[in-house]
Amino acid sequence: MTTSKDNSRRSFLKRTIAIAPIATLSTSATALLASGDDHRALSAPPPNQPTEDHYHPGYFTAEEWAFVNAACDRLIPEDHVGPGAVQLGVPQYIDRQMQTPYGDASRWYMEGPFLQGAPEFGYQSKLTPKQQYRLGIRAINAHCRKNFGGKTFAELPPAQQTDFLKRMEAGEIKDDFKLKTFFSDFLLKNVMEGYFCDPMHGGNKGMAAWKMIGYPGVRADYLEWAVESGPYPYGAVSMYGKRV
Amino acid sequence: MATIKKKHVDAVIVGFGWTGSIMAIELANAGLDVVALERGDGRDTIPDFAYPQITDEVKYSARQALLQNLAKTTVTARHAKDDVALPYRQMGSFKPGEGVGGAGTHWSGVQSRVSPDELRLYSRVKERYGEKFIPQDMNLQDWGITYDELEPHFDRFEYVCGTSGKAGNIKGKPVPGGNPFEGYRSREYPLPPLVDHPTGRLFAAAASGLGYKPFPLPAGNASGAYQNEYGCQLGPCNFCGFCSDYGCLNYSKASPQTTIIPALLRKPNFELRVNAHVLRVNLDSTGKRAVGVTYVDAEGNDVEQPADMVILAAFHLHNIRLMLSSKIGTPFNVETNEGVVGRNLCYQYINSVNMFWDKDVYINQFIGTGGGGQVIEEFNADNFDHGPLGFIGGGVIWGRQTGNGPVRGIPLPKGTPNWGTEWKQAVVDNFVHTGRIESQCTSLANRAYFADLDPTYKDAYGTPLLRLTFDWQDNDLRSAAYVGGKMMEIGRAMKPKSISGRVFKPGMHWDTRPYQSTHVCGGTPMGADPKTSAVNKYLQSWDVSNVFVLGANTFAHGIGYNPTGLVGGLAYWAASNIRSQYLKNPGPMVQV
Repeated sequence: MTTSKDNSRRSFLKRTIAIAPIATLSTSATALLASGDDHRALSAPPPNQPTEDHYHPGYFTAEEWAFVNAACDRLIPEDHVGPGAVQLGVPQYIDRQMQTPYGDASRWYMEGPFLQGAPEFGYQSKLTPKQQYRLGIRAINAHCRKNFGGKTFAELPPAQQTDFLKRMEAGEIKDDFKLKTFFSDFLLKNVMEGYFCDPMHGGNKGMAAWKMIGYPGVRADYLEWAVESGPYPYGAVSMYGKRV
Repeated sequence: MATIKKKHVDAVIVGFGWTGSIMAIELANAGLDVVALERGDGRDTIPDFAYPQITDEVKYSARQALLQNLAKTTVTARHAKDDVALPYRQMGSFKPGEGVGGAGTHWSGVQSRVSPDELRLYSRVKERYGEKFIPQDMNLQDWGITYDELEPHFDRFEYVCGTSGKAGNIKGKPVPGGNPFEGYRSREYPLPPLVDHPTGRLFAAAASGLGYKPFPLPAGNASGAYQNEYGCQLGPCNFCGFCSDYGCLNYSKASPQTTIIPALLRKPNFELRVNAHVLRVNLDSTGKRAVGVTYVDAEGNDVEQPADMVILAAFHLHNIRLMLSSKIGTPFNVETNEGVVGRNLCYQYINSVNMFWDKDVYINQFIGTGGGGQVIEEFNADNFDHGPLGFIGGGVIWGRQTGNGPVRGIPLPKGTPNWGTEWKQAVVDNFVHTGRIESQCTSLANRAYFADLDPTYKDAYGTPLLRLTFDWQDNDLRSAAYVGGKMMEIGRAMKPKSISGRVFKPGMHWDTRPYQSTHVCGGTPMGADPKTSAVNKYLQSWDVSNVFVLGANTFAHGIGYNPTGLVGGLAYWAASNIRSQYLKNPGPMVQV
């Protein structure tokens, strides 16, 4: 027998995410969350497309896009060692990821109650990756405006941006919103993914990050090289068969 | 939604990974009408694991496309019985599978048996060290089965999988080059060992130099072309580096897809239904006999599948949850240490350290195979004198090179920043010069740790989540620290510039975030005594004799090796005895 309770739970199978008010955030943050979420999604490129030079973000607002670009540029700068994250399309990667099921935490358990526990028990927030970026960037820019003469993060000089990111990573910037979690579990993680992913996801343009570290990409055929003790001789290949 | 009633079958199998497909083909070959119910999607080598798409690290490692969808069902976790358990919301410490093939599609391939002593560890410790040596809070108990009984079934599973390895003991006769500590084998492995990768070579040289006897880790990754008894064929592993988290692109890794399912799907008396999430086993009014199962199909219908036999062959966690939800067997009571379902929950832990070499040593960590490598057993099971050490258990120490790409995470020397120019320089300097060694240790049963149903959190089907109450026990942490110390000696003898990583020590707590192993075990232990075991030696429920329960949940406690070899061997053992005994005379197979 199917009970009515079963039915309401069962509706999960075709679920749409309902965003409940978030007690720990201000009213304005909640309002911000509820609006402007997905209306640009239709303009997003298909998921399997390399970096485009004239890319228009499908999820991020202009202010958020400026933050993502600035943060990527600080986290992996273009330098004497190798290419930078912005140069390789990492902001595009992150924007596109927001428009995949990951952006809505579609494979995470997101039922309440949401309780705080010891860190060993992992992520216990009701915020999806999309919401993390929306609220995280908002909190960062609010903090910057208040403390740095009305400027957003993207408007700060690079050295000050780097310092801010270091303090965020160390958990030294106090805010109701958990900036350390946003930094380590979302922003930095996604930047690394985008820097080293197959170019079809929008990052690692030209396989430049693979070339830099000596990763052969999708070659996936190494039997005769397993027994060697020297450098692997061939360059990288991408999912679409491009070579470097 | 409507309730649909299906036609009666001889056997219904819940879950279609390793144990489900083994039981399905064995029962179908015995002439039974068999239906298997898999909660996830259908999956096969083509198209699901096809090259090059399967090498997408974002999809399969970062987004974990082949792992269990936690949005539908997960577990809750806590360290102690008076804590509030919190949901395991994201994949971390362990990686349950979902979909056809289950965890058998995305495992690495380490395919060991079990140390004969470990099946009777309680008796062994009592004989060698005295009963007082066993910590008061440890629920150490014998498994009710012997290695001799299981040997033909280990052999069978290895010959189904085309396991690559080197015997160390054939019919009691030592064989050079193999594991000097292993239980006897009736014959050599079906395939010779895989070639050694750089990590394996460095490990073997260092271990030999310290006086140990390294041998090739038995691998469910084929070292050559192979055809098994079902006519399924494997090709030689090409060291592509995509095993754990991935389906095999090359028909090389033993999985239900590569070794059993193609033969099974041709049988007219077998039917597979996917997207069929079993809610419970239905019992008759006596509660002593199962009449079938109820599942939810992809459209949300409740479907009743009547059957003479029910085989629980889901992943460890789901099997325990189904036993509890279906009220089969007495739930464990932590206050009294009585009851059997949820008892002896264990979780295998791994000391894991990365090693960083100078620029003249090439490891090329993107090259790899999941199960291959070199291993020593001097500190596993009861292969060494525990008397002066004061703990029980131990572990295996190995040099594996499983394959790693940059999205999966680039290990870096301790103290390296996580980003910026200095981080990038370290990545460039280390990526092809980094390797890893590990020691995998026994988690022995403790009366404080168990599984039951969570009082608060429910899954997408309205069923309570399984709640895990678990933490590292002092005995196991001392064992891990000891074996970890031996591992570090070997690591230093491999002469890297630096070593860093995770070595357990007393006082540490279970952290559900970083991956440690998917080797959860125990919870519905097998045994000879119905007071301390949920199933008898044939993996038959003591309480409901037409329900059989497979999987690592039937382990009486943790072992040093990886569980798959034992899980597969036990499944063949159960299937064999169902065919030879149970079908002729259905009912309890062990009288007490």
